[in-house]
Amino acid sequence: MSQIHVSTTINGDEAEFLCDADETLLDVLRDRLGLTGSKEGCGTGDCGACSVTVDGRLVCSCLMLGAEADGREIGTIEGMAKGEELHPLQTKFLEHAALQCGICTPGFLVAAKSLLERNPKPTETEVRYWLAGNLCRCTGYDKIVRAVMDAAKDMRRA
Amino acid sequence: MRFESPQTTKDAAALLAGAKGKGRVLAGGTDLLVQMKSGMVAPDLIVDIKRIPAMKAIKAEKGGMRIGGGVPSAEMSEHAALSKGWPGVVESADLIGSTQIQGRATLAGNLCNASPAADSVPAMVAIGAKARVVGAKKRRDVLVEKIVTGPGKTSLAKDELVESILLPKRPPRSGDAYLRFIPRTEMDIAVAGAAVSLSLDTKGVCTDARVILGAVGPRIIDAKAAAKALIGSKVDKAALKKMEEACSAVARPIDDKRGTKEFRKHVVGVLARRAAQIALKRAKGSK
Repeated sequence: MSQIHVSTTINGDEAEFLCDADETLLDVLRDRLGLTGSKEGCGTGDCGACSVTVDGRLVCSCLMLGAEADGREIGTIEGMAKGEELHPLQTKFLEHAALQCGICTPGFLVAAKSLLERNPKPTETEVRYWLAGNLCRCTGYDKIVRAVMDAAKDMRRA
Repeated sequence: MRFESPQTTKDAAALLAGAKGKGRVLAGGTDLLVQMKSGMVAPDLIVDIKRIPAMKAIKAEKGGMRIGGGVPSAEMSEHAALSKGWPGVVESADLIGSTQIQGRATLAGNLCNASPAADSVPAMVAIGAKARVVGAKKRRDVLVEKIVTGPGKTSLAKDELVESILLPKRPPRSGDAYLRFIPRTEMDIAVAGAAVSLSLDTKGVCTDARVILGAVGPRIIDAKAAAKALIGSKVDKAALKKMEEACSAVARPIDDKRGTKEFRKHVVGVLARRAAQIALKRAKGSK
């Protein structure tokens, strides 16, 4: 099977890769590009651990083919911190202890960032609905929701 | 497996026509990729339609709105005129999956996946939506209700795909609504669903109505007796009760882990009644 050549932008940097036709974007990110921040939880779009943005739109990278990424702009968890400087959401997740095992965390952060870019002042209900596609089996969600609300507050002040 | 991303719908149709083995259209992929991973389907050709300009547009057309086959549901919810004119259709698509799924899932995909529990299909049928079907040789416009023939089955030929869906112009004083029942608040598949579209005259009497039920039969059910119960009434309590009973009577659900036959028959009537009340309110609020 001949592979497909894909040129794309990942976290603002140009990237090229070869992939198989049936390979998901998640597999490409993790296995070909070494970007292992995006996690595979369910592989069926239910858990959100693989969340990335494509042209600014939040999607599950496990439900997208790598070949579809040609010419698109992909945003992953690796693009969230600016070097050593954490994104306010990352800082607040640490402060609120909004994670335990950490597998769901990259997905939650990418999803929460996408929410705050659209809605800088979400209500708790809006946060909970927006993040309904991200599953966490450790925290019970409360700390995550508080961390997002707190980060939103800080970001509005900044 | 081969992956193609053509620039025109005609090219897409030609690719499907010439496919050796099974060809599948990739719109949002939220059903297709899950089916591929679980081994339910093993296509030899995937045609990604999202590079086709006509597939990516929401366009006003003769007072109606044409939605491209590759437009994700999130874009529909963000489109003010669409949400204002066809709130029932927009809310039905908006119920499907999570934010992430909303970023990819499409109306045309929900239709062509042909699940009996598809949320957007009853809502589209209720307002008389038409699918533009493009084949390798000809193009046809067909009512959405003619597309799905049974669970997982459509009337589309091998070379055909849905390029767009037209939500036709609404008559004055019209409203539509869709409600479904799921055992939780989010992220589940309909146990039963009901879409209602109705129009009123200047005195508030219902002149036209459609009541379409989902997930209570192998395909959608056009509850004609239920619609008849509304027409000529002011959508008052008595008419609503008659409509509710007609819905329960016509439903042909199965028993499964998400609901019993009896429950589904009952709840689909309740949903239709409530959807009619919402549609009525919307019709009164519209011009």
